[in-house]
Amino acid sequence: MTSQSPILEISDVSLVFGGVRALSDVSFSVQPGELFSIIGPNGAGKTSMLNCVSGRYTPTTGSVSFKGKDVTGLKPNDRAELGIGRTFQNLALFGHMNVLDNIMVGRHHLLKNNFLNGPLYWFGGAQKEELDHRRFCEDVIDFLEISHIRKATAGTLSYGLRKRVELARAVALRPDLILLDEPMAGMNLEEKEDMARFIIDLNEEWGMTVVMIEHDMGVVMDISNRVMVLDFGRKIAEGLPEEVMANKHVKKAYLGEEDDDTDEDEQVA
Amino acid sequence: MAGFSIRPCGDFRTTYRQDTRIFDTTYIRNAAILGIFAVAMIPFVLDGYYVNLFIQISYFAIAALGLNILVGFTGQISLGHAAFFGFGAFASAWINNTTGIPVLLSIPLAGLMTAAVGMLFGLPAARIKGLYLAIATLAAQFILEDFFARAEWFTGGSYGAAANPVNVFGYEVLDDFSFFYVCLFFLVVMYLLGTNLMRTRDGRAFVAVRDHYLSAEIMGINLTKYRLMSFAISSFYAGVGGAMYGHYLGFVSAEGFTILLSIQFLGMIIIGGLGSVKGTLMGTVFMVLLPEVMETGVSALSVFEWANSTAVTDGLAYIKEMAIGLAIILFLIFEPDGLAHRWQQIRAYWKLYPFSY
Repeated sequence: MTSQSPILEISDVSLVFGGVRALSDVSFSVQPGELFSIIGPNGAGKTSMLNCVSGRYTPTTGSVSFKGKDVTGLKPNDRAELGIGRTFQNLALFGHMNVLDNIMVGRHHLLKNNFLNGPLYWFGGAQKEELDHRRFCEDVIDFLEISHIRKATAGTLSYGLRKRVELARAVALRPDLILLDEPMAGMNLEEKEDMARFIIDLNEEWGMTVVMIEHDMGVVMDISNRVMVLDFGRKIAEGLPEEVMANKHVKKAYLGEEDDDTDEDEQVA
Repeated sequence: MAGFSIRPCGDFRTTYRQDTRIFDTTYIRNAAILGIFAVAMIPFVLDGYYVNLFIQISYFAIAALGLNILVGFTGQISLGHAAFFGFGAFASAWINNTTGIPVLLSIPLAGLMTAAVGMLFGLPAARIKGLYLAIATLAAQFILEDFFARAEWFTGGSYGAAANPVNVFGYEVLDDFSFFYVCLFFLVVMYLLGTNLMRTRDGRAFVAVRDHYLSAEIMGINLTKYRLMSFAISSFYAGVGGAMYGHYLGFVSAEGFTILLSIQFLGMIIIGGLGSVKGTLMGTVFMVLLPEVMETGVSALSVFEWANSTAVTDGLAYIKEMAIGLAIILFLIFEPDGLAHRWQQIRAYWKLYPFSY
């Protein structure tokens, strides 16, 4: 795994908003096929980091490269075409569309029909193309077990289902790198178990590289290959889950005190 | 469209093709086709007054669909739609008068010209949203109105421009009776194109931009491109509608395309239902027929002695105007989702009776 060139490489990324340094000189790289987690206390800059990767923010200094190509200045929609998909922490579905259309939007950059032949539907090949892509979307729907809500309006669904639809939409993009911003937030145990299974399947069966932000340490420690810890915009640790867990900087960040003997489960809760 | 469609028992869809059809069931599709044929019979059955009403409905409905694509589907407010409608009318007359291109072709060409102008005035949309964009489009309204009055080479200035009648393969369409069919043709074609647009890639992108532009961008949708495209398509529809209007009247003058008409277009799509193709048609029918119905109601009063005094007739004229306003307010309170939504509910009620769900 480590012998390959990294799919995502972040070098010395800093992000400054006025007087706030959201990120300072963060560097890390993600290998193809990895399941990489970013953890850290609230306000540590995790989502800012993800936004720099997906293109929502442009880093003040430093560079982001994806598949060996520098994408630092690229707009989000161009990055989507290169193969970066993401989900949001606060749901960002298209509320008035049905689930199926939401997922079909994920196919946007792969579809070729446009405002000229789309309206001619039956004659310009648009129908055939739409139906072909529909087939793929149905595979995604099957995989994420949301076939029963296929035609439901996205805005009317429960929180857990919406999270799943959002994941489906990102998967429909068929990205090589998928960024998940707190996929388990606000879910019950059962939903978390499902979600963890989906993420592992995405990683192992669909071959997607996953970068995930998550607060649930149990999940992070169980499914990640590697973990990076941010605190106040700085990287304080990176490595295998067990190593990170034992790191004293991490303990300090989460508990705010040094050299304490309390047991590990409490520290990370 | 609505969340769950209501289909009869045993009507299962076994292919994706079936699942993406425009009409829910074969029955509804046939009913719609029959409906078009029934409408085509109007000139034979009803008198010229109704034919004229239908012609009005059709060119307004086409322009209103354009506005709905911009406002309802893409979520950008425009207060300049009447100006684009007017530009289409002048453009078609100008193309036909200067180059001799047949009217039937100059109508879509005028649509294209209007689309270009619409894109120009849509440029601010790349940067601003909501009410600020509304004010920016208001500028389009006033700039174009002024242009109509001054650009004599194009519009004939304050004299207006003469528009030739439609000529179908050498046959001059001079009366309402034949123009009716030109309108019906354009109406059906433009609505089919609009419906298809909304169920393919770019239509979905419009709705995505409306519902959540940040995640639309993450999904690979170029926001600037789609906002501009929405303005272009919207203006194209306005231009085609306007061109039909011009060739119907045979004369285009700059006075007709004021902000009041822009607001009326907005009224049509709000009453009909934002983000609904069939709602646009319903809303247009409503807005065109409402004053007529009011007129009929008021004139029915004239059988009474007291209703014929000047004081009362003057008053009634005002009441008629106010009643239109009142109807719109009542609509916004009781059916903010528009006629299309109400229609969906009536269908559901019918289907599920005696149960409520």
